Amino acid sequence: MRATQALAAAVLALATATAFAHKPSDSYLAISVEGTEVKGQWDIALRDLDFAIGLDDNGDGDITCGEVKAHRNDIGAYSLARLKLRSGGADCPLHATEFLADDHSDGAYSVMLFEGACTAEATTLEISYSLFADIDPQHKGLLRLEHGSGTRTGIFSPERATQTFELEKISALTQFLDYAREGVWHIWIGFDHILFLLSLLLPAVLAFGGGRWQAVERFAPAFWDVFKIVTSFTVAHSITLSLAALGVISLPSRLVESAIATSVVLAALNNVFPLVHGRRWMVAFFFGLVHGFGFASVLRDLGLPQNALLIALVGFNLGVEGGQLAIVSTFLPIAYALRASWFYRRLVFLGGSLAITVVAGIWLVERAFNMKIITP
Amino acid sequence: MSTIRTSIIGTVTDGLAALALASLALVASAAPYVPKDDSVVLEHLPVRPSDPVARELRQLRAQLAENPRNRQVAIRIAERYFALANSEGDPRYVGYAEAGLRPWWDEPAPPLDALVMRAILKQYSHDFPGAVQDLVAATREDPENARAWSWRAAIDMVQANYEQARKDCLALKDIENNLFAVGCIAYLDGTTGKAAAAYRALSDAFARASETSPEVKVWVLTRLAEMSLRMGNVKQAEEHFRAAYFEPINDQFLLGAYSDFLLDQGRADEVIPLLVDWFKSDILLLRLAIAEQTLKAPKAAEHIGALRSRFEAAALRGDKLHQQEEARFDLVLLGNREKALALAQDNWTLQREPRDARILLEAALAMKDPAAAQGALDWLERSGHEDPGLRQTAEKLKALKR
Repeated sequence: MRATQALAAAVLALATATAFAHKPSDSYLAISVEGTEVKGQWDIALRDLDFAIGLDDNGDGDITCGEVKAHRNDIGAYSLARLKLRSGGADCPLHATEFLADDHSDGAYSVMLFEGACTAEATTLEISYSLFADIDPQHKGLLRLEHGSGTRTGIFSPERATQTFELEKISALTQFLDYAREGVWHIWIGFDHILFLLSLLLPAVLAFGGGRWQAVERFAPAFWDVFKIVTSFTVAHSITLSLAALGVISLPSRLVESAIATSVVLAALNNVFPLVHGRRWMVAFFFGLVHGFGFASVLRDLGLPQNALLIALVGFNLGVEGGQLAIVSTFLPIAYALRASWFYRRLVFLGGSLAITVVAGIWLVERAFNMKIITP
Repeated sequence: MSTIRTSIIGTVTDGLAALALASLALVASAAPYVPKDDSVVLEHLPVRPSDPVARELRQLRAQLAENPRNRQVAIRIAERYFALANSEGDPRYVGYAEAGLRPWWDEPAPPLDALVMRAILKQYSHDFPGAVQDLVAATREDPENARAWSWRAAIDMVQANYEQARKDCLALKDIENNLFAVGCIAYLDGTTGKAAAAYRALSDAFARASETSPEVKVWVLTRLAEMSLRMGNVKQAEEHFRAAYFEPINDQFLLGAYSDFLLDQGRADEVIPLLVDWFKSDILLLRLAIAEQTLKAPKAAEHIGALRSRFEAAALRGDKLHQQEEARFDLVLLGNREKALALAQDNWTLQREPRDARILLEAALAMKDPAAAQGALDWLERSGHEDPGLRQTAEKLKALKR
């Protein structure tokens, strides 16, 4: 090569050494791992795929959707052959499930969804990435790895083609606390459970005698009454919650929700027109069974980790109890202090019970007939 | 009541929610879609398969596939792709070039031609120490290797190693005293406080030179324009810029420098027609967006959004190639002064050209933090760089110190 020519190229570089125009080649790899299951999405630039396996069949410089479609299997085979997931010393074979397209800031990408399974629950995941390593060492794979224990990111390049990710088991305590918090939260926002409990507790500081309610004389009987009611409610709903969550029994949610509303109506009405007194803990137990099904549906919505079923169940249940206890321990002293007053006996006890009856009655209609009256 | 479902708390549930693949999208982009029908064009290739360059490259690659250690073919491929990378501004081509050189990439002492090519590719990815190491080895092995000396000079200039750059340029002059050797020294002098002399030397050599290619003309004219600006001769600078612009080639560096000139002159309206077709180029889109924002043009928001997502993508990749531009993006377009200063400071540790000094000084001034730009202030002092705009900014910064 003539020196002049060589110099021309280099001296031109004197100013262009830092001029940099385009985004380099990247692929975007998102992998989500749950237990043994792997799901993912892989966005690869069409330009890169074209360079590697040829997509522009008619050679017109445009890549059409039809051309990409015709090469789906090639794209899947080519790319998945360059991505290896291993866990516990064994491969987690992957297969493509769907192909889409997307536009990134630098052009159109093929979007491939894929799935796979590892033989055992992944605790360490080894990912080997060699896409385009042989044809473009500048290419990088940008990984986002989702796992119950958190989100990790990684950058793959030929120098860092294999990386290992510790999928730390979500600590049992974290999981337990998460579900306990959900339990508390559910009681707190679950007005139907609160109102049911209140309906049963309102008469605890009163005693029915001679056809009318009278204030109890000592705290101990009131306390034990409340204790029995809360305990039997808890035991009952724990039974059905567990059975339903474990899939032993399943009831249609409309039926459960309607039955819960009915239980509130009956419990409140019983204060106005007493039928059952003295043994309200049995009422609490009976309807507690119904409420348990309601809790179970919440737990189902949250999703139950198959590997930590017991922790989730116990955590959620104890959360519910904790929430209940907080309500009861606020209620009881106040009610006891006010039990002899007109305010409590007329307004809170009778007026409150009537109001609860009305609200729960409306819920019952809403839920039984699938209507919206007061529920937002 | 169970019908009220509220926010799900907790990492466990977050993890489960993440199963929804929609949430897995890594970079902000529209949701993946199924194109309407098969005729929808998803992507335009920059080079058609029938293009003569593409055809030649295909043949060369086929040849190399048969014998990957055929160094002659490998280097020809690397040269071709490196040229494409420069003209198209697409770093993919540098990757393709590197792939061809793979058998020699990790060798401690590859043959001379592979060594020099490797250095050129390394500097493109801003591996300056790696590139310099290779070039030092190359010039030691062959002290008459003009190409290796030129690239050493280029890197030494970027890193503001002016003493070594002078040695590089003088070595070039010993090999062949022509426009390029003169250009090398003029570029150095023009940056280090001798713009008037550099201008004279370069324009004389340019007038004497025969058969200069459009590429060389554009390079020389752009340098002459820059030197004119440093001498405070705006009119002369514009003449050179325009002459370069009318050469029959596209040069992104020229377009960038010319646009910056127009923006500095308060002529943003002239930038838009210049850059309207350069959406794909990050460095030019930045200038276009600045012009549009200055003029409150409707396209500004869209272009700022595009730049933002490109910088985000670069950050995900762990790239530091864009810091100078990103700093300017943050400072001028977003008013994000703090981030701009941090980027400009980081960038200054990698490269120290006048443009790098400028963004550092401006970001520090915006933050009223002269100490943050001490590196650029020292450089200005030491190099004697004459640009009036830079000197003015530096004076304002120094005034803050007092």
